[in-house]
Order: sequence, then C-alpha cells, then structure tokens
Amino acid sequence: MGKATEMNDKTDRTDQAIDSGRREFIGVAAGVGAAMVAPGVILHAVAATPRSQPVSSDVRWGLLVDTAKCADGCSACVEACNEENGLNLQTKPERESDLKWDAQKSVWIRKVKLQDNQTGRITNLPMMCQHCEHPPCVDVCPTGASFKRADGIVMVDRHLCIGCRYCMMACPYKARSFIHDELQGQLTAVPRGKGCVESCNLCVHRRDYGEASTACVDACAAEGHHAIVFGDLKDPNSPINQKLRELPSRQIREDLELNTGVRYSGV
Amino acid sequence: MKRIVYREWRIPPQRYWSILGVLAAVVGVGALAFGYMEHQGHWVTGMNNSVVWGTPHVFAVFLIISASGALNIASIGTVFHKPIYKPLGRLSGLLAVALLMGGLLVLVTDLGRPERLIVAMTHYNFSSIFAWNIFLYTGFMAIVIAYLWTMADRQGGPFNRSVGILALVWRLALTTGTGSIFGFIVARQAFDAAILAPMFVAMSFAYGLAVFILVLMFAFDDEGRPIGPRMLRRLKNLLALFVAIVLYFTLIYHLTNLYVAENDALESWLLLKGGIYTFLFWVGWVLIGGLVPLGILYHPQLSQDRRWIAGACALVIVGGLATMYVIIIGSQAFPIQMFPGRTVLESGFFDGVNGQAAPYWPTIPEILLGLGGVGVGLLITVVGVRVLQFLPESLADDVVPIDEETLDESGSAPKPA
Repeated sequence: MGKATEMNDKTDRTDQAIDSGRREFIGVAAGVGAAMVAPGVILHAVAATPRSQPVSSDVRWGLLVDTAKCADGCSACVEACNEENGLNLQTKPERESDLKWDAQKSVWIRKVKLQDNQTGRITNLPMMCQHCEHPPCVDVCPTGASFKRADGIVMVDRHLCIGCRYCMMACPYKARSFIHDELQGQLTAVPRGKGCVESCNLCVHRRDYGEASTACVDACAAEGHHAIVFGDLKDPNSPINQKLRELPSRQIREDLELNTGVRYSGV
Repeated sequence: MKRIVYREWRIPPQRYWSILGVLAAVVGVGALAFGYMEHQGHWVTGMNNSVVWGTPHVFAVFLIISASGALNIASIGTVFHKPIYKPLGRLSGLLAVALLMGGLLVLVTDLGRPERLIVAMTHYNFSSIFAWNIFLYTGFMAIVIAYLWTMADRQGGPFNRSVGILALVWRLALTTGTGSIFGFIVARQAFDAAILAPMFVAMSFAYGLAVFILVLMFAFDDEGRPIGPRMLRRLKNLLALFVAIVLYFTLIYHLTNLYVAENDALESWLLLKGGIYTFLFWVGWVLIGGLVPLGILYHPQLSQDRRWIAGACALVIVGGLATMYVIIIGSQAFPIQMFPGRTVLESGFFDGVNGQAAPYWPTIPEILLGLGGVGVGLLITVVGVRVLQFLPESLADDVVPIDEETLDESGSAPKPA
C-alpha cells in the first residue's frame, strides 16, 4: 500500500464521521434505478426469445417449383413479393422513359415463359435468387456485404454494400437488382437503400419470426396452383423433401455445381 | 552518347496555364457528372439491372490497364537492360501513377455508395478479386513512386534494378487481376475464360505504350525538344509488336469459342448480328485498333513520318476504348443462357426474350465522368513534368544511349539512368 493511501485512511478515520444522509440517498437512487431498468431487461428477454437465437445451420431453407402447376399469365407470386418487400412502392422518376425504367427497377422474382426448341413445349416458371450453397455473388463481393446465412439464405448486408455491382456481374441467374433511384417510403421489416444491391431473401423477416412460408408460396397457394413449396431441405420429413422424393427435379445451370436451394421440376 | 540531362517542362506560362485550364475544366465537368449521378441515383445513367457496368467502367478499365502498360518502358530499361529506354523511365513511371489515379477515381465515383469507400478499406473478403485489386492498385502506386525515387535520386540508384523487378512483377499481377475480374466470372459466357488475363496484359502493353508515345511526342514537340528517328523507330516497332499480340489473343479467344458448340450463339451474335457490338468489334477493335495502326507502323514510308506514328497511337487508343466497350458491355448485353435448348418467349426481367440483347445506351454524364478520369491522369502528368525533372532534354540520336548496353568488367549492369 502506498504512502499516500495510508495517509488518507488515517484522515478518514479520524476526521470524518459517517454521513448517514449520503448512504440513504445512494440506497434510494440504486433502488429507483433498478426499478426503472428491470422491466426493460425482462421485457427485452421475453420478446427476444425466438429472434435472439443465432441462425442455425440445422436447417437449410429452399423452394421447389413444380412448373407443371405454374400457370401461364399468372403473376400472383410476383405481385405478392412486391407487396411483401415494398417493391411496389418504387416509383418511376418523372423524366424517365418506361422502357428504361423497366430495365432499372428492382425485381426480386419474375415469371419466365420458355419454349423448347425441339419439341415446342411451353414451360412457365418463376425465377429468383437460387440461394446457392456456393454462391458466386458471395465469392466476388469485395466487402463481404453479400453473404450466406447459416440457414442457407443468401442476402446483402445493406450496411456493407458499396454498390459496386460485382455480385450482379457474377450471378448466373441474373437474380439481383440495383436500387437506381431515391426511395420513398419503405417497410420496416425490409430496409432498402439507394445505391445498394438486393435480391430475394426468402422473406427473411418471416424466417426470423418463425413463420411457415414465403409471400410467393402463399400467393401461389391462394390462387389454387400450389406450384411452389417452401421448406427445410435438411429435414427429411419436411413437405419440400417429400415432394422432392416424389417428383424428378433439377437445378438451373446444374453444370455450375452451385447446389442451389431452389429446385425446379419439369424443366 | 552524352550524359542524359532531365529538365522541367518549360513551355511559356501562358500556354502551360491554358493546357492546365482545359484539363481542369474536363476534370471539373467530370466532378459535376459524378455529383449528378450520385445525387440523382444511377437511373440517370444508361446502366440497368442487365448491363450493370457501363461507360464509366470502359474508361476506368482502359485507364487502369494503360497505367500498367505505361510502366513497361521503364521496365525495359531497367529490368531488361535496354539503355536506350532508360531516359524515358521517369516519364513512364509518372504516367503509370497518373493514369492509375484517373482510372481508380472513375471506378470509385461510379459506386452506388461512394461515401462508403471507407467500408471497402476496412472490410475485406479475400475470395474477391476486387479485394485483391485494392491492394494491387495501392501497392502499385507505392512501388512506382519508390521506383521513380531510385531513378531520380542518387541515393536510390543502387535499388533501381531490384525495385524495377518488383514493379514489373507487380504490374503483371495487377493487369492479370484486372483481366481476372472478368475472366473468373462463370455466369456469363463471354467472360469465363482464363485467356482474358493474358489478353488484358497484352492490351495493357499496347494501350499504355500508345498513350506514352503520344504524351512524349506532345511534350517534346511543344517545347522544341528533339526526339531522334532512332528512338522513334524503337517505340513504333514496339507498339506494332504489341498491337499484333493483341490481335493474336483476340483470334485465339474467338477461335476457342467458335469451336465449342455451346458458344455458337454468342459468337454469331457478337461477330455478325450484335448491332453496335458487332460494329465496334470489327471496326473498332480489329480495324481501328489493330489492322490499320499495324499497317501504318510497318509501312515503309508512312512509318517514317512522326505525324503518322502519332495517328497510329491515337487509333490504338480509340480502338482500345472500343475493345473495352465490346468486352465489358457487350458481354453483359448478351443474355445469360439459363435454359439451353429453349427460347425465352416472355420474361419480367429481360432474360433475352427471343435471344434479344439487353438494352444499354451510354448517357452524357457517364461519358463525362469517364473523360474526367482521363483529365485527372493528364493533369497529374502535366503538373508532374512541369515541377519535377521527368523529361530528358533531348532524345536526339547522338544523345540517347546505344541500343545494346555493354557490360562492365564485373559482368553486372552499369549504373541506372
């Protein structure tokens, strides 16, 4: 113990009587403080139970599209996605031509109609981010903004994205969009921002609240088509796996060996 | 052979300041274009979700590969012991740094979130070639500045060759990295080819040298410093060789694609039916950037005339920009083949309906931004040669060192320029 402290101790003992008023004040202050903070701590703990858990790799979310059931001319999935993620709030800048805006506005899911060159057979299907196991967009992103969650969802961290668009160059499915214009009004659950890249995230906000499916799947079912199934690819008993066992299916651009989380039947 | 004396660029102040003024105006307009694009968002450009990299990238990549190419002259002098090139080493280094600065500025100002540049410098994903390039580019500048010091300062002299070798290796890595930005992209057919990396190296040789010769001729002519026919012959022969190598790589790239059935659609589109891209390929890349300058540079009479040589350099640059346009934009415009054997009849996102290419047309702000980058490169060069001793007083035949150096008794190279 240093000399200075020794001296202080001495003066404390000899010169100062115990100040009971101060002790009482500290006690009351501590009590009031605890009373104010405690409910917050407890409420936080209660509300956070499902969301505070880290995303687990025990599941891998995916989709199965049964193209035989995907109806020509139906765009329920596209509209539902736009509504769910606030893409319908996009407005064309005044001076912009329609054609250019079509090429610049954000699209997370789109309908594609194909014809086989040999047989003439027509196929309809929705295309979106394929949530690859080895996503090229994640490989090329310089800052790591483009990332894959433990549960297989590929998405963009909007705080890290610098808007270089290298991921859009690298995506074999043309699944990503760049936000070309200022945004007015956006949904709390789906933050977006000018100058960043975005794409389908399998309704990640729904995942975090433990909901059962995605907007596109619900809309397709509501139309009575049931062409898209959502589920856990790792759970052998999940509806998507049961369906995958039943139907022949494949990945788009299978040769790239990206092991996509979105599978197609009848393509 | 006389001692090489370097002097600042001493054109009359009036002329100097007007050159500076013009360049500053070009840079200023580029800055305004950046402000406009940044404030409005990228919808004011021609870029879209199909063609995500546009005209700014054409200029940026051209400038970046020209930068590494411009350094070649210094490398030939120091690393490969060709004394005739040594008097040009300093300008070569300066141009390399200046052009790289210009190119990088264009790249950075085209980002969707340029204010987040700090994020790019603090968060790295090392599987990204972009992330490697951040180090390759900054490292290149540092090494070339050190290289310039070894050329210009007596104390740096002993390190000249070792720094020169490092700079050579680094510039090859840099251009390989730039080519690999495209070459490693498996998603798009026109990229996804390892040959793009060496092809970019060859292009950097040609474009960098063309820019170098033009800047050298302009600076010397403007002040009345002489360039002898011997030096000019060397430079123009070198340029012709590099242009021929670019044509060779172009040929191999397309022959490989033509041989493989899956690329038939791409090749028939690019070589025959691609509209502006077909035109730019044949007229810009092959003719203006390749065959015509080659014809001039090997022509017995025309190649003796320095105006024709300057013209050939200008053609190589114009052809180079066309080449970048075809490689960067054309490769994106050609639709991604997601469903081989099928035709896309309808799509909500431009998936190449009936084989149609994606729409893109450059806009004025994009072009001005790109030219701003060129302006930055030239501005740095003009200031550099004015305030520091970058340019040799004379490159006349009786001044420049002999073509082949003589080794001294110890068998090592003589002291650096």
